[in-house]
Amino acid sequence: MISASDLDVRFGSNHAVRGVSFDVAEGETFGLVGESGSGKSTVLRAIAGLITEWTGRISVDGRALGRKRDRAFFRTVQMVFQDPYGSLHPRQTVDRILSEPLVVHGVPDAEARIARALEEVALPRTARFRYPHQLSGGQRQRVAIARALVADPRVLLLDEPTSALDVSVQAEVLNLLADLRAARGLTCILVSHNLAVVAHLCGRLAVMQGGRIVEVMDEAALRAGRAVHPHTQDLIRLSHELEGT
Amino acid sequence: MADAATATAALEPVPDETAPAGAPPPPQPGAVPRRRDWLLTDAPASRSQAAWGRRYQAWLAFRRNPLAVAGLAVILVMLLLILLAPVLATHDPGIQQLGNRLAVPSAAHWLGTDELGRDVWSRLLYGGRVTLGMVVAVVLLVAPLGLLVGCVAGYAGGLWDRLLMRVTDVFLAFPRLILALAFVAAMRPGVESAVIAIALTAWPPYARLARAETLTIRRTDYVAAARMTGASPARVVLRHVMPMCLPSLAVRVTLDMSSIILTAAGLGFLGLGAQPPLPEWGTMIATARRFILEQWWVAVMPGIAIFAASLAFNLLGDGLRDVLDPKQR
Amino acid sequence: MTRTVLPGEPLVAVRNLHVDFPSATGVTQAVRGVSFAIGREKLGIVGESGSGKSVTGRALMRLLPGSARVRADALRFGTTDILHASEAEMRALRGGRIGLILQDPKYSLNPVMTAGAQIAEALRAHTKLGRREAREAALNLLESVKIRDPRRVHDAYPHELSGGMGQRVMIAMMLAPNPELLIADEPTSALDASVQAEILSLIEEQVDSRGMALMLISHDLPLVSRFCDRVAVMYAGQVMEELPAADLHRATHGYTRGLLECLPSLEERRERLPTLRRDPSWLAPRA
Repeated sequence: MISASDLDVRFGSNHAVRGVSFDVAEGETFGLVGESGSGKSTVLRAIAGLITEWTGRISVDGRALGRKRDRAFFRTVQMVFQDPYGSLHPRQTVDRILSEPLVVHGVPDAEARIARALEEVALPRTARFRYPHQLSGGQRQRVAIARALVADPRVLLLDEPTSALDVSVQAEVLNLLADLRAARGLTCILVSHNLAVVAHLCGRLAVMQGGRIVEVMDEAALRAGRAVHPHTQDLIRLSHELEGT
Repeated sequence: MADAATATAALEPVPDETAPAGAPPPPQPGAVPRRRDWLLTDAPASRSQAAWGRRYQAWLAFRRNPLAVAGLAVILVMLLLILLAPVLATHDPGIQQLGNRLAVPSAAHWLGTDELGRDVWSRLLYGGRVTLGMVVAVVLLVAPLGLLVGCVAGYAGGLWDRLLMRVTDVFLAFPRLILALAFVAAMRPGVESAVIAIALTAWPPYARLARAETLTIRRTDYVAAARMTGASPARVVLRHVMPMCLPSLAVRVTLDMSSIILTAAGLGFLGLGAQPPLPEWGTMIATARRFILEQWWVAVMPGIAIFAASLAFNLLGDGLRDVLDPKQR
Repeated sequence: MTRTVLPGEPLVAVRNLHVDFPSATGVTQAVRGVSFAIGREKLGIVGESGSGKSVTGRALMRLLPGSARVRADALRFGTTDILHASEAEMRALRGGRIGLILQDPKYSLNPVMTAGAQIAEALRAHTKLGRREAREAALNLLESVKIRDPRRVHDAYPHELSGGMGQRVMIAMMLAPNPELLIADEPTSALDASVQAEILSLIEEQVDSRGMALMLISHDLPLVSRFCDRVAVMYAGQVMEELPAADLHRATHGYTRGLLECLPSLEERRERLPTLRRDPSWLAPRA
């Protein structure tokens, strides 16, 4: 469904991503793990078309992608950002935020779709005409998820979707994402620094360091601690430590 | 669902202080609170109800700012006065009574007469039409132009940014009055050319301001999210970036009001703005300058008018900025 | 430096602290009757956003916005009554006897001053040191927070430092006047997991070796329990449960348990995460 090969991203003299290649099958959730500056979010933004300074090949659904993306691409691929405080327009109501993708794509029956999207992410009806600043962090991230899904995409890119949330809200959002993924058969890429979150949602993951993928492994290997690369071993050890075991 | 929404939209009461035009509701004590509840409800049933509710809340927020309300009141009174000028004026503003030059305020001439014996009160009323009309016209030309140029330059970046900003710099580099002079000289002197000339020289600061705001806004996630909806750059700029630039621009506009009036006066003084028989506040001050020490009221009356107008616009603008920002509520 | 603590009394005593924020639409009660005491120990205050944990920390330094209304039966630091202390007394406390470390060094360090200059300023504000002595002391402090190349960092501007390095500078700055209490408000939330552990170990080590008290405010329950002696769990402006960090797994309160259980785990696979069910009775005022 998604494939990247020899992906390179340079911002001026900063070589952020170096020769990254991976494939994600339809319906799979692929994790990208790494510390800050490892280039994991940059890879995601290159796939989303939010940055243009990349070379290499990216294809989604068998179609090779150029620097500029057409409207059909954004119908297929959607993204949820890390910070629910920054990713919702502060002067638009939830209703307006959700109707924006529908207007752009000329989707009919907007009214019913918005109502359904709100229901799907378990937001109360009262939230519909609120401004983002009147909602809690978890509710905002639900709005962001609803916005991503309102026009029925097939690929969802998740950029640290829970790292700005409280742990109890994180659990709710992770459950919600798992449910939606199952119900809609979404293909996802999840970027996170939290190994436990990635293990919870992803079947397979790549560990990044310094702009490179140093190791690709599946969930079982991660949980069993069968890592080959020292950086991966470090991350797993830290994660266990922080879990308090 | 869609049908239900339009149905409620059609049935909704008119959330205005004036009674609905159609079937007036029975006059019962609960009527006003119910309309208030309908406006302030937590769960609006339709988009229009939510929109009216927001407007009502904006009005409530505005009302909490007494200075802004005072500004609005002054502006409304001024508008009323200049609209009713033919009724309220005691004399024809153009008629000269050379025998009664520079008269002190009296029952016949409430605010005295000017150097040609014309009634100052009547000239103030009619002059308000010209002056405030010019100010509003300039603002309507300048603010959208500056906003558009600044937002496009800031959002597009690269070549567009350099091109548009260099053009802005060129206009900024010319002395304001000289550029306006050259422009008016090339055209027919008059109110319209004065407006265009002032607008031509007033937009660059707006463009700079809007560009600076846009540079921060374009890096935010909500703009990235707007791009992810597949919206065209034009849509992103118009619908997502521009609304965020409005508050700071509104403040700048209200601060500029008085200087626009004064530039208009300067042009008028040079004979390039409003043409002589036509009264205009700035020109009135400019011509009365010669007798400011002996017959002070001739210059002071239009001065008070300009002062009151700019102050009121400033207060109103400040209040508006707070209301425009939904986070303040 | 004279230690002004009543014998047999804790360093910090907070009894029945209330903080209200009046607004146009009503009064927001951020803290509702919090009591705790800190001796020479490490107290962790854990809670989710909006639980009042940061407001509690700031009330202790009187760093709340002017609109806040603070009430307490006692709010004491040593012998100083924080509710009634003069502004001059508070200035001596803040950055003198109490150090504050904030979440993101990017915002808490001055971007146009070098790291060394900022530490030297902190030193000179509370002690009488010459320019050269201050520089020496700053270098020593940078060394003590385990910066390998103190000379380079001393002359570096904050944007030239990584997040972890910036936080070390921040800690060095706060240690400069030799405080008695260190308040760390989410000191590592902006940092990578590997750096997080290093910074917290550093704070722990400094607190232990200097005999300071630590108040660590965080949303991360497992993390706090690793580095603190005692943990107070806050919810909706009240302390739900206070217990020794070592006994965290034996916590009894539903909120603490819920917080611990809803974390995804690397150890075991769970199809769904148990979500926290907020019991309305937790909101009831406690004695």
